[in-house]
Amino acid sequence: MTKVLMDGNSAIGEAAIRSGCQCYFGYPITPQNELTEYMATHLSRKKGCSFIQAESEIAAINMVFGASLAGVRVMTSSSSPGISLKQEGISYLAACELPAVIVNMSRGGPGLGSISASQADYFQATRGGGHGDYRTIVLAPSSVQELADLTYKAFDLADKYKMPVIILGDGMLGQMMEPVEFHHEAPEELPIRSDALRGAKGRPSKIIKTFTSNPATLEEINWSLLRRYQVIKQKETTFETFMVDDARLILVAFGIAARIAKGAIKSARAEGLKVGLLRPTTLWPFPGVIVKELTKKVKHFLVFELNMGQMLEDVQLVSEGRAEVSFYGRTGGVIPAPSEVFRILSRLYYQKGLK
Amino acid sequence: MKKIYTRPKSLKRTPFHYCPGCGHSIVHRIMTELIDEMALQDKIIGIPPPGCSVFAYNYFDIDMAESAHGRGAAVATGLKRAFPEAIVFTYQGDGDLAAIGTAETIHAANRGENITAIFINNAVYGMTGGQMAPTTLTGQKTTTTPYGRNENIEGYPIKMSEILAIVKGSVYIERVAVNSPNNIRKVKKAIRKAFQVQIDNLGFALVEILSPCPVNWKMNPLESWQWINKVMIKEFPLGVIKDITGKKDAH
Repeated sequence: MTKVLMDGNSAIGEAAIRSGCQCYFGYPITPQNELTEYMATHLSRKKGCSFIQAESEIAAINMVFGASLAGVRVMTSSSSPGISLKQEGISYLAACELPAVIVNMSRGGPGLGSISASQADYFQATRGGGHGDYRTIVLAPSSVQELADLTYKAFDLADKYKMPVIILGDGMLGQMMEPVEFHHEAPEELPIRSDALRGAKGRPSKIIKTFTSNPATLEEINWSLLRRYQVIKQKETTFETFMVDDARLILVAFGIAARIAKGAIKSARAEGLKVGLLRPTTLWPFPGVIVKELTKKVKHFLVFELNMGQMLEDVQLVSEGRAEVSFYGRTGGVIPAPSEVFRILSRLYYQKGLK
Repeated sequence: MKKIYTRPKSLKRTPFHYCPGCGHSIVHRIMTELIDEMALQDKIIGIPPPGCSVFAYNYFDIDMAESAHGRGAAVATGLKRAFPEAIVFTYQGDGDLAAIGTAETIHAANRGENITAIFINNAVYGMTGGQMAPTTLTGQKTTTTPYGRNENIEGYPIKMSEILAIVKGSVYIERVAVNSPNNIRKVKKAIRKAFQVQIDNLGFALVEILSPCPVNWKMNPLESWQWINKVMIKEFPLGVIKDITGKKDAH
């Protein structure tokens, strides 16, 4: 298949349809409307599929819950304020062990914030987000191609571990156009999970619920979730490294910030500064193992995020004082150019006497 | 000897946890009789959101899934859209359907979602201990209206069935009560019709059931049956509120 030029939001829509997504429920919010509109155009009239523009984000995520009960692949998308509203439903999905894919094309916050790209939802995405002791897998793409690729992966991971998976993008990734290639053809038959709730035919009746009168039983459920999360930590952590082999200073950045960081690193290398990049592509599970590994020879890290320092805490946590961790962030939807990040990292490089 | 009364096949052998005189057990009984009679046990799926009846899944021997408080209509929508062959119903209280879930309910009805809502109106939040519900009557004392509901402060009892009737996507709405043998027969008839509307793919149907809550009303079961007749029915009149099943524009 040849490459096509597409905006990030639409690329997710196309990749979702090719992943066998049968239902999409959404609600308008900038900067992710192209995805809802793509599904309205390409999914709503597809045989056996359903698209609803819901009355709210809360309704949309609960429709996702309903469709997931029926065992089909289902997706919703929104942006930061809307994702806050979906947290109730995400907690119930996690509790009921129901797969779903949730896209957050995040924007500036708190409150209504701005409609420009931001990474201020890192805490919300990686700490569960809603009430209760649970996690969601969080994937962090940094290009339109990766948005498409990680969408396939998100559906597979959701089904494999029976849990909600978040694709954490941002307004810039959602809006920008890049060439993208889709590696899958839509399946002939839409997949249906074997444990779905589709009527007590040929088997005893089934209950899917979260309320547990006995605290000890609920504790067991929490343990069982934790064990699954530990397996995910071991098996599903992913990251990319760029020019780290001889690096004396490593930038840590995810998503669109990592694209900006790469530009800054190229400029720095041209001036002979030995800097590299670590880009987590799963934010939960966080690739702490590689950070730990890198601290064996690199003593200076610079975390760069489009927020006030959220992933920073994860980097600090795993480095356990073995390396010095600095931070640079822009927030509220301000997107710095690579030259700005280059200024920051070269200043740090000289200040720390790394030259 | 001919057996004239027995436990419905789709009602589990579990003793009800409901309080003495509560309407839920009667409605559960009626619904499971209907599930048997209409041969729905292997294709019906129930959605009970929080409230006393969140435990409905302990009694109905059918597939069931709990939803978040108020979100029953949205969950039922997603389920039915993903699996249209199922017969999907929600079983919601007044706090659930008429307060926190108002938006989900109205919009599911407006889209003409082919689902059935069973709406238990007992004018209080039962499970949490008898607080004011949106349907609490003017002057009625609850734990959060200790001086009686004052419409200038707490507003009026909301009439969801009448509101839903003017929403174009709804097809059949009837209000009934479980407070006498005669009325109980009407409850069964109404729920049968509501299920049939869904089987015939006509659209949104809702049966509102005025139901006694003797414990939170601080009455004995007999008094609570009488209170429905004397007080509740004056505010919430019984009968068919909307029925366009015979008309061509039924959805």
